[in-house]
Amino acid sequence: MSQVIGKPINRVDGRDKVTGKAKYAAEFQVPGLAYGYVVSGTIAKGKITRIDTSEALSLDGVLQVFTHENRPRLAWFDISYKDQDAPPGSPFRPLQDATIKYSGQPIALVVAETFEVARYAASLIRVEYKEEPHETSLEANLHRARPQKHGVADLLKPPPPKPKGDFNTVYEESPVKMYGRYSHAAEHHNPMELFASTVVYEKGGKKPKLTIYDKTQGVTNSILYVSQVFDIPFKNIRVLSPYMGGGFGSGLRPQYQLFMAVMASLELKRSVRVTLTRQQMFTFGHRPATVQNVAISASADGAMNALYHDARGETSRFEDYTEIVTNWGGMLYPPENVTQDYKLVPLDVYTPLDMRAPGGVTGISALEIAVDELAYELGMDPLELRLKNYTDLDHNSQKPFSSKELRACFQQGAERFGWSKRQFEPRSMRKGHNLIGWGMATGIWEANQMPARAEAALLVNGKLWVSSATADIGTGTYTIMTQIAADALGVPMEDVLFKLGDSDFPVAPISGGSWTAATVGMAVHSACEAVGKSLLELAKKLAGSPFKGAKWEDIEFADRQLRLKREPTTAVSLQTLVDLNGGKAVRETSTGLPNALKQKDYARATHSAAFVEVMVDEDLGTVKVTRAVSAIAAGRILNPKTARSQILGGMVWGISKALHEESILDHNVGRFMNHNLAEYHVSVNADIHDLDVIFVEENDTIVNPLGIKGVGEIGIVAMPAAVANAIFHATGKRVRDLPITLDRLI
Amino acid sequence: MYYIISRRTIPSLFVPFAKIIEQPQAHLVLEVHLLWTVMTLSAEAPPKATHTPSLPPTHTVTLTVNGTETQLQLAPWTSLLDALREYMDLTGTKKGCDHGQCGACTVLVDGKRINACLTLAIMQEGKQITTIEGIAQTCTDAPDGLHPIQKAFIDYDAFQCGYCTPGQICSAVGLLNEGKAKTTADIRELMSGNICRCGAYTNIVQAIEEVINQQTV
Repeated sequence: MSQVIGKPINRVDGRDKVTGKAKYAAEFQVPGLAYGYVVSGTIAKGKITRIDTSEALSLDGVLQVFTHENRPRLAWFDISYKDQDAPPGSPFRPLQDATIKYSGQPIALVVAETFEVARYAASLIRVEYKEEPHETSLEANLHRARPQKHGVADLLKPPPPKPKGDFNTVYEESPVKMYGRYSHAAEHHNPMELFASTVVYEKGGKKPKLTIYDKTQGVTNSILYVSQVFDIPFKNIRVLSPYMGGGFGSGLRPQYQLFMAVMASLELKRSVRVTLTRQQMFTFGHRPATVQNVAISASADGAMNALYHDARGETSRFEDYTEIVTNWGGMLYPPENVTQDYKLVPLDVYTPLDMRAPGGVTGISALEIAVDELAYELGMDPLELRLKNYTDLDHNSQKPFSSKELRACFQQGAERFGWSKRQFEPRSMRKGHNLIGWGMATGIWEANQMPARAEAALLVNGKLWVSSATADIGTGTYTIMTQIAADALGVPMEDVLFKLGDSDFPVAPISGGSWTAATVGMAVHSACEAVGKSLLELAKKLAGSPFKGAKWEDIEFADRQLRLKREPTTAVSLQTLVDLNGGKAVRETSTGLPNALKQKDYARATHSAAFVEVMVDEDLGTVKVTRAVSAIAAGRILNPKTARSQILGGMVWGISKALHEESILDHNVGRFMNHNLAEYHVSVNADIHDLDVIFVEENDTIVNPLGIKGVGEIGIVAMPAAVANAIFHATGKRVRDLPITLDRLI
Repeated sequence: MYYIISRRTIPSLFVPFAKIIEQPQAHLVLEVHLLWTVMTLSAEAPPKATHTPSLPPTHTVTLTVNGTETQLQLAPWTSLLDALREYMDLTGTKKGCDHGQCGACTVLVDGKRINACLTLAIMQEGKQITTIEGIAQTCTDAPDGLHPIQKAFIDYDAFQCGYCTPGQICSAVGLLNEGKAKTTADIRELMSGNICRCGAYTNIVQAIEEVINQQTV
């Protein structure tokens, strides 16, 4: 019974967002709020030898300056600082000691009565350092690459599978082959909202009570961190995040403003807010710089027979951040001789952090440029080469995909784009002094589901209240969960109130990896079903009930009624049923669990095909992506409007990654130099032209009963390679390093 | 700290030029740049240690926001953005960079769009300031309490996380007031001061076109 699932419904939180009523972490006003301002360190490695806070402290309105010299004693063991997304290693502890581990490290927090005073006082702090030599260049330190340390993170991010076959021999003997070295710059997430935490302090019994408005992709992650680090029981902490001004992975770990705000609040026994500056948004996790080598060979007819893919990614000195970069070739293509390798190079930088399609967009950008190169070695149309090597098997695990409509993506995408009119030769299309190029690429991302809990309650007024401690980072969680709940109990959407972003709600994992729709969707569905079952029991108690012998399979919910499937006129209203419950809501909490038994024999993934047209100014080397089509196979689309927006966003990110985004390290000082939105370029409105999204039909009964696969990442994955391939087609110049800035083209 | 700022500033200014230096005409640009850097350096020399810091006095500032006059006690260094958010609880106006680089803080002053982070509150006395909270009042036809731009943003799903949205909407209303945007390319260009990291640009442009078309019909 689907009434609203699958319909292009406007966001339920739309009105709050267009009227300014939606409140973000730094926007909750509390009486007596103090403002914290973070002071950032200026060297990449060494020690603070002297930190003079006297001038700052002498200012009227300055309450305290926290440094490593007066930081309170807190949790000692690393385990206390580990969050749900912590990689193996020793998490960074703000103000722990005089040691500087990376440039921009927070070294002090000024707390004052107003923001302006805190900001001014921060400029009065004098710091002296003893510098030590630092290493921040990945390229200069590739010789130090070593395998990753292992930990719990391996479960979600497995290291590459063991080599199979004999790559070297087959590659050497093959008639057609390519090899390329691909380097990617570091990138920063830069959500529009600055990281902020507002901590509301109240006296408790033995321990104070804290209400924390935090910018996070998971309130459960923040409450866990605060409880462990500051030794406060869960019951004394409530973390709220009703709205989040963009995440893209940056909120998957608690950032240091949370630590700072809680520490200051506890020490000063006051409510405190700490907001980072845009410059400080470049002083924590980022997408790591990588260097990759890809080699592919094929027989003369285009059948791939050997694939090599290695990657070297940067990490910090204190944690081993890993991502899946090199495993994707084995999931997309069928060669029998495959070697995939992944190593890390620890540098004096902050630990990298998952950023939209982490590893996936990195690895596939290299792989899909490589496949394009192979197509040109073969003299074969790039789409034809991909169809020639099409497979329904994940060759890493040797399992079939639970569903894979990539072929339909190729067909529908190519048709919408007009790919058949493409001329093979580079530099074969032009318009005035602009060269025109058409490129395409394939994308893949995992379709995961995590365990999560949700509560559903049919209230005495007949309205349906549903909650889960998940997040809506702009993805549309509020809207799609409202749709799922409405359909599950046959009520209109206006009868449903779905709430999230509150640690008092049933637990849900951090929102990332494209898993929220499936994970929380199944929990909501399950909780609503549990309410439905209780309602059936109530229906059986009606005098002369026609439902007495009815089983769960015999009934359905529609039009605010419970009714018999075979005889829909035999119905009872939900209001009548809840009235039978002794003046109480019918309330159930339930867990949505992935069906491991059903899933274990299958690989689960979303797929995409991206087609891109670029216009390159022959004299200036400027690139414009004039149009792009993304065809997406991502299971059941709950809401084509919000899902389309996610794909459009991913496409914009792909264009931005291909052409603009680069956090530039000056290795002399070991710092990201373009740490602002004027010099760190992201796509703006004028950079984006015609974008088109196709959702191909894909039915999947294996992933979960609702057939949801998730759409957060699949939109970006194929885009950068498609742009790079289009640039090659336009110019004849193969650029293997991203971003493709004009200096790399002319 | 002054010293620290200059150390931070110099290399960051050099980076974008590093690539230009490789080109033949670049020396002139570089010389101007160097001169500027030297001037900045001398302006930012470390202050004497004997300096005693003090705070500027506050003043009574009267701001007219969304048609309502409010008197505030503000220091001259308080930006209009901070005045709105921290002193008037009008948090619909967003802080995304505080440097005029992202457009999240766009408001209308006497009908013109400006970045509220790049102006001081004290400079806006006597002006009509409109924020997202009051944008619907500025049009005579606001069914359901929404400005047509606000309604079009919902219908075209012209946002995701919603953080840049108030700035986009104020900027779009400012664009309508300017009456300069004749083509889709004009809208794209004239809306490029407002970054949307979620990437809702095509939907934003469609929403604005919809309203422009309604107006011209």
